[in-house]
Amino acid sequence: MSLPVFLILFLLGSFTLAFVFRATLSRALPHNQAIVARDMPLTAAFGIMVVAVYLFVAVFAPLLAPFAEREVVGAQFQPWGGAHLLGTDRLGRDMLSRLIYGARNTVGIAFATTALAFVVGAFLGIWAALRGGWLDQVLSRFVDALMAIPSLIFALLLLTIFGTSVLTLILVIAAVDATRVYRISRSVAQGIVVMDYIEAARLRGEGSWYLIRREILPNALAPLVAEFGLRFCFVFLTISSLSFLGLGIKPPMADWGSMVRDNATLITFGDITPLLPAGAIALLTVAVNFVVDWQLHRASGLKE
Amino acid sequence: MKNLTNRHGVTRRGLMQGAAALGAAGLILPAGMRKAHAEPQRGGTFRIGIGHGSSTDSLDPGLWDNLYVQVFAASRHNQLIEVNNEGQLVPEIAESWDSTDGATWVFKIREGVTFHSGKTVTPEDVLASLNHHRGEDATSAIKTFFDPVTDIRVDGQNVVVTLDAPNGDFPYLMSDYHLAIMPGTDGRIDPTSYDGCGPYVVESYEPGVQASLTRNPDYWKSDRAHFDRVEILSILDSTARLNALMTGGVDLIDQIDPATIGMLEARGTARILSIPGNAHYVFPMDSREAPFSDNNVRLALKYAIDREDMVDKILGGHGAVSNDNPIGPANRYFHAEMEAKTFDPDRARYHLREAGMDSLNVTLHVADAAFSGAVDAGALFAETARQCGINIDLVREPNDGYWDNVWMQKPFVASYWGGRAVEDQMFTTGYASGSSWNDSFWEHERFNELLVRARSEIDEDLRREMYHEMQQIVSFEGSVIIPMNNNYVMATALNVATPERISANWNLDGFRCVERWWFT
Amino acid sequence: MHAVLKMIAQRLALGALTLFVVSIVIFGATELLPGDLASAILGQSATPETLAALRAQLGLNDPAPVRYWAWLTGALQGDFGVSLATRRPIADMIEQRLGNTLFLALYAAALAVPLALVLGILAALWRNTIFDRVANAGALSAISFPEFFVAYILVLWLAQSGYFPSMVRISPASSLADKLYMSFLPALTLTLVVTAHMMRMTRAAIINLMASPYIEMARLKGASPLRIVLRHALPNALAPIINVIALNLAYLITGVVVVEVVFVYPGLGQLMVDSVAKRDIAVVQAIALIFASAYVLLNLTADVLSTLTNPRLMKRG
Repeated sequence: MSLPVFLILFLLGSFTLAFVFRATLSRALPHNQAIVARDMPLTAAFGIMVVAVYLFVAVFAPLLAPFAEREVVGAQFQPWGGAHLLGTDRLGRDMLSRLIYGARNTVGIAFATTALAFVVGAFLGIWAALRGGWLDQVLSRFVDALMAIPSLIFALLLLTIFGTSVLTLILVIAAVDATRVYRISRSVAQGIVVMDYIEAARLRGEGSWYLIRREILPNALAPLVAEFGLRFCFVFLTISSLSFLGLGIKPPMADWGSMVRDNATLITFGDITPLLPAGAIALLTVAVNFVVDWQLHRASGLKE
Repeated sequence: MKNLTNRHGVTRRGLMQGAAALGAAGLILPAGMRKAHAEPQRGGTFRIGIGHGSSTDSLDPGLWDNLYVQVFAASRHNQLIEVNNEGQLVPEIAESWDSTDGATWVFKIREGVTFHSGKTVTPEDVLASLNHHRGEDATSAIKTFFDPVTDIRVDGQNVVVTLDAPNGDFPYLMSDYHLAIMPGTDGRIDPTSYDGCGPYVVESYEPGVQASLTRNPDYWKSDRAHFDRVEILSILDSTARLNALMTGGVDLIDQIDPATIGMLEARGTARILSIPGNAHYVFPMDSREAPFSDNNVRLALKYAIDREDMVDKILGGHGAVSNDNPIGPANRYFHAEMEAKTFDPDRARYHLREAGMDSLNVTLHVADAAFSGAVDAGALFAETARQCGINIDLVREPNDGYWDNVWMQKPFVASYWGGRAVEDQMFTTGYASGSSWNDSFWEHERFNELLVRARSEIDEDLRREMYHEMQQIVSFEGSVIIPMNNNYVMATALNVATPERISANWNLDGFRCVERWWFT
Repeated sequence: MHAVLKMIAQRLALGALTLFVVSIVIFGATELLPGDLASAILGQSATPETLAALRAQLGLNDPAPVRYWAWLTGALQGDFGVSLATRRPIADMIEQRLGNTLFLALYAAALAVPLALVLGILAALWRNTIFDRVANAGALSAISFPEFFVAYILVLWLAQSGYFPSMVRISPASSLADKLYMSFLPALTLTLVVTAHMMRMTRAAIINLMASPYIEMARLKGASPLRIVLRHALPNALAPIINVIALNLAYLITGVVVVEVVFVYPGLGQLMVDSVAKRDIAVVQAIALIFASAYVLLNLTADVLSTLTNPRLMKRG
């Protein structure tokens, strides 16, 4: 099957699936949400559907996967079909099973990392904007300095110092990402803290924590959500690039970023196996950002 | 000693056996290629893509450590003694060598050889080149080679080396690649210069990127150095190397990802050269520490590894199963008749029980810095061991700092050996008690005693017996798991011709492809 | 104009502070790495004696603050010293690679920035059409492939068929045309990597303004959609777009080590990774400072340009 034909079929298939999914949702949901569902664009429906499927696969990985994550089941690079639907990898492990377990590990790690980065980065950023003065100066100058160091090389340094367990991987990537989140939330919050309603709340004697939680955060959510969509997907790429430089996830754990790296050479010979994990990442990226775009659009108040 | 060594310091019989072993294991080229070997021709620019090289590479011969600098060094330098493609020592800058007692070695320096700068090569230059690796403040990687050396002096056209005890294999040490002959001034070489007396003259060099060299018009060997120019490129990414070869960007690449060898071969646009040698991949265990202090635990692990599967999957079939033996089939005294260890869960469990255990938990530290595919090899090992009641927790360490932070620091790790041409050298550096590279911290009284005795044993059969016994001891009581001997795998463009036999001594024809190969 | 000059001076002072903090962070991190220059150089062949000898020779036995101070006083006088691993002057090692890095960054930017702007404006103009969706999905797919993988695919399509070389071999003597041809694939790879971010921001920034009253007014006056976007929305949307372009330019200079490795491109990223591996602190510091300066200067430029396009920002300085 040639590539254009495949792409057109894929687009048509996605379109149909998204349509059916949206129709189902608007029937199944209670009235209020059903209206939202009915009015959402097909892209958003597609995004929600893909995310749902990924979550399902991630949660039920052990039930869905035909083989264990680490089990060596036969010769290496067996072709597609038969007992191994997508063949085997370089050690003779079932590719499909590893993709399924990869969903669980990859999505889990990416979510934990991004969530941590946003909690820390957004809190510090808004706090700095709210308090201003020396706290803002110290934090901002420090974050400036960290951002001036190339992130991949900084992550490489930190991981070499602290080792490469999953926990340190999450912490290090989150630390690097948090600097970016800090910057955005600070600049967004700076626009908000000068508003009259914040002043009013201050005069009421509300504390910083209340202001951040109840007044600033809700108003700063839209740009943060947009950033979340991209940052989330960049975590896979960071893991993949790190494994390119020789640091990565602890074997035999399966994750898509490392799977792309491990099988990448095959693309040189026109073998599309490495496209599977790469495609899995791409599909999720597109889906998440479709949903994010839809939410942004709703928040912007544009009616077209 | 006289009857033990001929002029090259090797017994005639030993030589023939070494050669025979190599021939058996050596590369048999397809019949169609034979014609190409007939006569080397001059010409062309030979471009090599090497998977090593760093912008921090040094020109100091004592610090050479990767294939890039090794090939670059062989392109511009000569040594005292060369190891030829059959594993024998042949004269290079030393025209001949001799010893009456095995303790005093006289190297006669070749006359009429000049450096690229025009200066004549003198015994004083040789003395300075050797002394660079020797003495209190020397920082050379082979400083230990000179520990037994009490004196080196110039005597006319000769350089005389005195040892504290006889060693019939000493000339082998002098063939080491670090021992490049460089011009000396006031008894010292300049470790930042690339002046040498080798086959090619350096035109330009940018560390970690590329070196360009042109043929040395005054090269003293008339039948060598067939290319007009040589370009050595550092291409670290294995896929990029493959692409460079397939798109005609280079003529020779090293280190091919085993996963792709078959596909590259099927394309028919490149030729795969797979050279069996003494190189091997190892998993050393710290024998001082529990549970590895118990030989039964070590044996259980040795039976819990599937060597065949590992050769298939980690080496892509380009290698051979090893029986935990650091001495390879290319060595003179290789012990081929030892009882072979296979993957045997029952036997592994038996040894575990002997050690008083039902199950075993160990942690294996790996990184691809240890050898390419080490992380995968660890994953395979963990899988087979699980079937024997052994739980191997695999820790992937950063490549960066692996030799410093993990190797010989953690109790169970992955490592590699380039293999050594001589049994004594292999055992002395890696297995003798107290040696700084004894990475399993292993002590065996009988082994250590045999090692010293074999060094000066004159009777050939007795010597063989001793080396066989030592291999038996290392294999069944040693603290290093050696699952496989890896071939040197390289690929060339179709118009590159090689001599019929390619050296198994080191990678890329003993680093000498630049002066031994040619274009058809 | 005076306010802008004052802002530049202020930001330059802050930039110098940033560089100082970066130098401390990098020095500290490199110090914390396991092993030192001596053990990294000797690798597997290190013995206690050779390590001690090499450490003494390289001056590694001084305490860290002393070595940092020595480095700092040298750097302040413009002397970055020699690489301890190769004994070459650091300025020499860096000069040519810096040129290569800047060349590739400019090349990729020259392809990516116009492409991103045009696609972003068109996507905003034809928002929620098939074109918008496809451009968006395509751009997102392109950034969700790891860089090295994008590079391999391009090599498969464009190098194996012989159109472009799979690796870059340029020297200072190469002609510009040669350089452009040789570096096309790495530049294209980077273009695919950075376009999506800039395109999405362009689109979002424009759409963000489309609901404003003054755009509504222009629409009511009957201006064509293209004119509304180009003349009314774009000028006011420039500030965030310029900021994102600056961030991506900084990335093109500082973050491309993986692309350098795949295309054997002799840039600064590879030199930095090599020097980190060898613990050659002086070289690591010099490159880190170059990267940090690029980042600081690009951000400064972006802020100045944003301020000039939107004088209201001046107050925020």
